[in-house]
Amino acid sequence: MNYLVPLPVLLPLAVCGWSVVLGPRVTRLHRVLSVAMLAAVVAIDLILLIEADRHGPLAVHLGDYAPPLGVSLVADRLAGLMLTVSGVVTLIVLLYAFGQDTAEGGGSAPFSFFHPAYQILVAGVSLCFLAGDLVNLYVGFEIMLMASFVLLTVGGTQARLRAGSTYVIVSLVSSIVFLAGIAATYAAAGTVNFAQLAVRLPDVPLGVRTFSEVLLLTVFGVKAAAFPVSAWLPDSYPTAPAPVTAVFAGLLTKVGVYCVIRAETLLFPGNRLSAVLMAIACASMVIGILGAVAQTDLKRLLSFCLVSHIGFMLFGVALGTRAGIGGAIVYTAHHITVQTTLFLAAGMLERRYGTTELTRLGGTARSAPWLAALWFVPAMNLAGIPPLSGFIGKLGVMRAGAADGGDWAYLLLAAAAVTSLLTLYAMAKVWNLAFWRAAPVHGPEDGEEGGGGVATAVAVRAPAKIPGLMTAATAALVGLGLTYTVLATPLTGLADRSAAELLDRAPYIEAVLKP
Amino acid sequence: MTVSATLLTCAAVLWFVGGNLIITRSLTRVLMGIIVCGNGVNLFLLAASGPAGAPPLLYPGTSKSAMSDPLPQAIVLTAVVITLGTTAFVLAMAYRSTQLTGSDFVPDDLADHQVALRAQLTAERARLREEREREERPKERRDLRRELRRRIRDARAYQAREADASDDLWDDVLGADPPEEPQ
Repeated sequence: MNYLVPLPVLLPLAVCGWSVVLGPRVTRLHRVLSVAMLAAVVAIDLILLIEADRHGPLAVHLGDYAPPLGVSLVADRLAGLMLTVSGVVTLIVLLYAFGQDTAEGGGSAPFSFFHPAYQILVAGVSLCFLAGDLVNLYVGFEIMLMASFVLLTVGGTQARLRAGSTYVIVSLVSSIVFLAGIAATYAAAGTVNFAQLAVRLPDVPLGVRTFSEVLLLTVFGVKAAAFPVSAWLPDSYPTAPAPVTAVFAGLLTKVGVYCVIRAETLLFPGNRLSAVLMAIACASMVIGILGAVAQTDLKRLLSFCLVSHIGFMLFGVALGTRAGIGGAIVYTAHHITVQTTLFLAAGMLERRYGTTELTRLGGTARSAPWLAALWFVPAMNLAGIPPLSGFIGKLGVMRAGAADGGDWAYLLLAAAAVTSLLTLYAMAKVWNLAFWRAAPVHGPEDGEEGGGGVATAVAVRAPAKIPGLMTAATAALVGLGLTYTVLATPLTGLADRSAAELLDRAPYIEAVLKP
Repeated sequence: MTVSATLLTCAAVLWFVGGNLIITRSLTRVLMGIIVCGNGVNLFLLAASGPAGAPPLLYPGTSKSAMSDPLPQAIVLTAVVITLGTTAFVLAMAYRSTQLTGSDFVPDDLADHQVALRAQLTAERARLREEREREERPKERRDLRRELRRRIRDARAYQAREADASDDLWDDVLGADPPEEPQ
């Protein structure tokens, strides 16, 4: 089965090549090809997950070079789970994008960039999950980043350029820090292969090892948008088209979280930076959600929520126990799905009413009850209302925290509880303003927005029709979120086994280094 | 492993120069800064490959100790190629920005401004209200209000007792105790 491992990276790249051959217009053939390939990727991801769960990590050495020399790709349980969840999410978002595309004039010139760039993004994300060495991980990051630059600035309007500038600059600087981290690690241990690093790093002097660890964690922290380096995220995400924001929010930050988990378990075990990670997790949770509460734009509010909930995952990782890491993995899978769903629902609101500004929205629950339902379920899921998967994730992480029993753990438990409550508050605020209350009437008196004409035009504008495909795609993701509740036991069991495998380290090292 | 101090010094200087450029507002300068920083980090990577001068090749007649490590050079090549791509992209962005606004400056986020202004507005409003209250001699006003509230309370208490009157003279008399003098 090892030959399947590179396919999640290769298939999307092949589609991208084909879309260049097929020309700039998005034709039916084009769509069928994209969807079929991504569906195939999902199937392969699932096979990889099942195989890795049954028989331990799958490793493939490209070009058949002996293990530590060549490029190796590894799929263990964690990578398989992340690949599967992200594969399903990207497939559904692609369908949503097709729906939006047909609504907005079908593959008109600037938007046709979207599809090739999207495929490259999927390939980059898959490569990050599969990478078996630091340099390959760096390349995966860069593939993902180049695609995301294009997607974020698609159309080239002024707002998107501004948002894109922040994102591009932050990403490039973090890439430089990543290279420095690779250099430091290589100079210290003489290898960049994860498995070999795991064997050699314990012999490296403590100070040097910590230096590498801090550099790498900084980079992954920037990607994950953990607190002190999170300011770029709410700045750059909201202006992009809805499917782009959705897939970025769902996947790109989780790639950072995945790398943090990988680094903290495989490369730098022993959890010496636990207190630092806990402090970061605490600050991310509390400051992120306070930011969310202050926003009046739905997309920005969701972006701040995203920053805040990264804290939950880091909390689990910082605990370093099997239960903690297992909880973090469940939470990551849940959060990929639910955050993407919320952004898709926000995109539908924007499509229907032309704005996501909460002060201008209203009466949606009456005029579009199905849209309200598609928002309400994932919103409650994010807040962690019991039967939904958010509750399962939070319960896992918080139980692990209570079992740890340290001062920091209890502080974080309190912070997590407060964050959950404030998330519920933020979601209730959105619900009240955008859905529950009567539609606001904009007269000429609210001219402080810079001419009441604009506001009136927005309020008077007849709600646009939402294509069925957009609704169906969002509903499918809501359904996926509900599936986690139904499959809670297998999911937590899988996460627990992944955590055990990660903490053991031996299966991964053996799979890569044994020929 | 011996490391050349020259390479590290150069790398540090490049980082310093690049870092200074990155924190400017003009996109083109930021790009320059990123390129300079990237070169600094490439030198840093190169320093990891051991002493300079030896070829990164293993050919007949060389010993392993006399060759330099090729892997950092390969990583540097990868990084250079990637930097080329990102440079092209950022240049295109700067050009587009110039087309749209006439400059390549990166402005602040509008929504951030709004939140900051809202905080300012709230602070200003609180200050004005406080000022007004001070002008209206707040102490007297507060006392007046307290007096008024006390009277209303007393009146309500009398009314309640009237409602409770039960035709029983004794109870009514007992209940109708004169109100205590307010302290």
